[in-house]
Amino acid sequence: MDFSFSPEQDQLRAQARSFLEKRFPVARLAEIAASKDGWDRAAWPELARLGWTGASIPEAQGGAGLSFVEEAIVLEELGRALYAGPYFSTVALALPALACAPDLLERVASGALTATLASPAANASGPAVDARRDGDRWLLRGEADLVPDAGWVEAFVVPARGPDGVGLYLAERHDARPGIRVLDTVDATRRLGRVTFDDDAARLLAAPPAAVKIIAATRRRALAALACEAVGIASQALVLGVEHAKSREQFGRPIGAYQAVSHKLADTYVELELARSLAYWAAWCIAEDDAEAEHAVIAAKAYAAEAAVAACERSIQVYGGMGFTWDHPLHRYYKRALWIESFDRSSAGHRAEIAHAILGG
Amino acid sequence: MDLRDGPEETAFRATLRTWLEANIPAGLRGFRGWSGPAALALGRDWSKRLAHAGYAGLTWPKEYGGAGRPWRYQAVYLEELARAEAPQHLGVIGLGMAGPTIIAHGRPDQKARYLAKILSADEIWCQGFSEPGSGSDLASVRTRVEPVGDGFVVNGQKVWSSYAHIADRCILLGRSASAGDKHEGLTYLIVDMKAPGVEVRPLRQITGEAEFNEIFFTDVAVPKENLLGDVGGGWRVAMTTLSHERGTFGFALAGALDVAVRKLVALARERAGNDPLVRDRVAREWIDLQALRYTNYRALARLERTGTPGPEGSVAKLRWSEANQRLTKLAIEIIGREAQVAEGDGAAAYWRHQQLRSRGNTIEAGTSEILRNIIAERVLGLPRSR
Repeated sequence: MDFSFSPEQDQLRAQARSFLEKRFPVARLAEIAASKDGWDRAAWPELARLGWTGASIPEAQGGAGLSFVEEAIVLEELGRALYAGPYFSTVALALPALACAPDLLERVASGALTATLASPAANASGPAVDARRDGDRWLLRGEADLVPDAGWVEAFVVPARGPDGVGLYLAERHDARPGIRVLDTVDATRRLGRVTFDDDAARLLAAPPAAVKIIAATRRRALAALACEAVGIASQALVLGVEHAKSREQFGRPIGAYQAVSHKLADTYVELELARSLAYWAAWCIAEDDAEAEHAVIAAKAYAAEAAVAACERSIQVYGGMGFTWDHPLHRYYKRALWIESFDRSSAGHRAEIAHAILGG
Repeated sequence: MDLRDGPEETAFRATLRTWLEANIPAGLRGFRGWSGPAALALGRDWSKRLAHAGYAGLTWPKEYGGAGRPWRYQAVYLEELARAEAPQHLGVIGLGMAGPTIIAHGRPDQKARYLAKILSADEIWCQGFSEPGSGSDLASVRTRVEPVGDGFVVNGQKVWSSYAHIADRCILLGRSASAGDKHEGLTYLIVDMKAPGVEVRPLRQITGEAEFNEIFFTDVAVPKENLLGDVGGGWRVAMTTLSHERGTFGFALAGALDVAVRKLVALARERAGNDPLVRDRVAREWIDLQALRYTNYRALARLERTGTPGPEGSVAKLRWSEANQRLTKLAIEIIGREAQVAEGDGAAAYWRHQQLRSRGNTIEAGTSEILRNIIAERVLGLPRSR
C-alpha cells in the first residue's frame, strides 16, 4: 500500500503548474473566453512537446509510455488553470478509440491530431448516427449533440449504428465536412457543439463487439478525468477565496478571522481533500484496469463535481458583490464546475448507480 | 502509487484475520463499551492476548518492547480489528498517547518502569487534560501542581476522562505557575490513580452508559520521579500526546464506519424497499466512506514519509464524525417508531445506541469547531479567530 506519487510524477505536476501559470495566467482567462476560437491554438504544440498529449501512448508510437495517473496529474493542473482546449476531449474522450490505430496514436502524441467524442444527446435512445458501407469506406448520417470542443478538433470519434450493431468510427475534417454549430455555451472555455453528419466519410475504428467495451472504457476514463479537473477547479477556487479572506478587512479585521467565513473555507478544504482522494483512487483504478474501476470513477466524479460546485459557491460568497461580477474570474471556474456536474449524469444520477450496485433493485 | 497490500502486508493481514477469528471472546464481539465489570474482566484478558500475540505496540521501537513496524501495519491492524468488530486493547490511552509521550520525553528509569506494563495491559492509563473550565482551550487548565518538598502536590478536577474508572495511572497536565504566558506555566505529571486523594466519579452518558469520568484530586502527593519533561515545560509534552492521538486514528474510524455502512446497506435492503431518497442517502454514505478510506491511505503515505501526521488526520476525524451521525440517523429513520424502544438487543437497539453515541463524535478528541479552526489557521493560513 503506497498512496503517494513518485518523484517523477511530482516533477510532472510541478512542471505543469509552472508552465500553465506562465502561459495561462488568470489574467488571460477573460481574453481567451471572449476570443472567436475560445482557445489558444498556438499552445497545443507546446503541450505535445511537454509530452502531455502522448503521456499514456506507447513509446513505439512516439508517446511517453506512462499511465493514466500521469494524465490525471495533467488534467488536475489544467483544471486549476481552467485550460480552454481539447486536452480532455482528445486524451480522455477520444484516445481509447484512437488506440485501435497506431498511426492515430502517433499523430496524437506529436500534437498533429486533436479529436473529441461525438455522442448523441443524452436523451436520444441509442446512437443517433447511422453508418453504412460504401466500397472500402463508411458513410455516417445523423446528429451528435453537446459535443465538447466540436468547433475546432480535427477529428470526431463517432459511436454509430451499422449493420452489425454499434461500432466506433472516425470522421476527420480533411475528408468529411460535417455540419457544426458551436453553441453559446455557459462555460465559454469549453464550448459545446452540435455535429450533423450527412453521408460524411469515416473510417471504422472498432467493430460492434469490441466497440461496446471501448465505449464503456471511454466513459470510465472521462469520469475519472473530470473528477481530476474538478479537483483542480476546487483548489483554485479555494486559493482565491482564502486570498480574499486574508486581505479584505471589515470591522477592523481581515474577514478570514471570522469563523462564519473561515469555517466555510475549511469545509471547502475538507471536501477538496476527500475529492482528491477519490479522484486519485479512480485514476489509479483506470491505470491498473482494477476491478473496482467502475465504482471508483462514478464515486469520484459524483463527489468531486459537487465539491467543485460548492467550493466555487462558497468563494463567490466570500468575495461578496465582487464575486458576483462578470469581471471577477470566479464565475468562470463556477461555470466549468457546473458543466462537469452535468456531464454524463448529475451526481444524484451517479449515486443512483452506486445504490443499484450496493442495494440491488 | 500502489493501492494494493504488498506481500508482507498481505501475509500480516491474513495471519491477523485468522488469529482474530480464533481468539475474540464471544462476549466481546460487537461490544459497546467498558462500563460493566464483566466486560472489563474480559477486556483485560483480551488485551493480554493481543499483547502476547505481538499486536500491542506495533509501531513502538523494539528496544521498548514494541514490534518496530512501519505505520502501515498499525493501519492494517486497526482495519482488521474493526472488520472483526473486536474491541481494541484496553490500554489505548497508554499505547497511543502516554507510551509514545514517555518514549519521546521520558527518562530511562521512567521508560523502564512504565512501558512494558502498558504493552502487557498490566497497567491501564487514562488522560487528565480537560477540565470543567478548560475544554477546547486546553492551555487554560487550572488544576494546581505545586512543588512541595521532594515532589508535587496536585489539587483540582479533570473531566471527560475515559477509562479513569479502571485506570492505574493518569497523564496529567496541570498549572505550576499562574503568572506570565499561560502555555509556560504548565507541568506534565504521571499520577498514580490509587494514590490517596484521587477520587473517580463515573459520568453517565446520553446512551445511559458510563464510559468516561470526572477525576477529583485533593492534596495528592506525586513524587518528583513522575515529572515528564520540565517544570513549566508541560505544553510541549502535551502537544506530543495530542499529535499521537491523531496518528493512525483515522483507520480505526474508517474501519468502524465500514462496518456501520455494511450494516446500513443490509438494513436498507431489508426494510427500505425502493425509496429513492433512502437509496440516494445510502449511496452518499458509501461514497463518503471510500473518500475517508483513501484519505487515510494518503495520510499514511505522508506519515511514513515524514514521520509526522499531516492535516488529513483532522480532515478524517471531522468528516467521519459527521458521516457517522448522518448514517446512524438514517438507520433509525428506516427502522421508524420501533427505534424509540430501548429494550431488546436486535437491530433497533443497536442503531438506537449507535445513533445516540454518535452525538459524542463531533465533541470528543477535538470538537468539529476546533478542527475547523485548525484547518483554517494552520492549513489555509487564515488569521487567528481570537
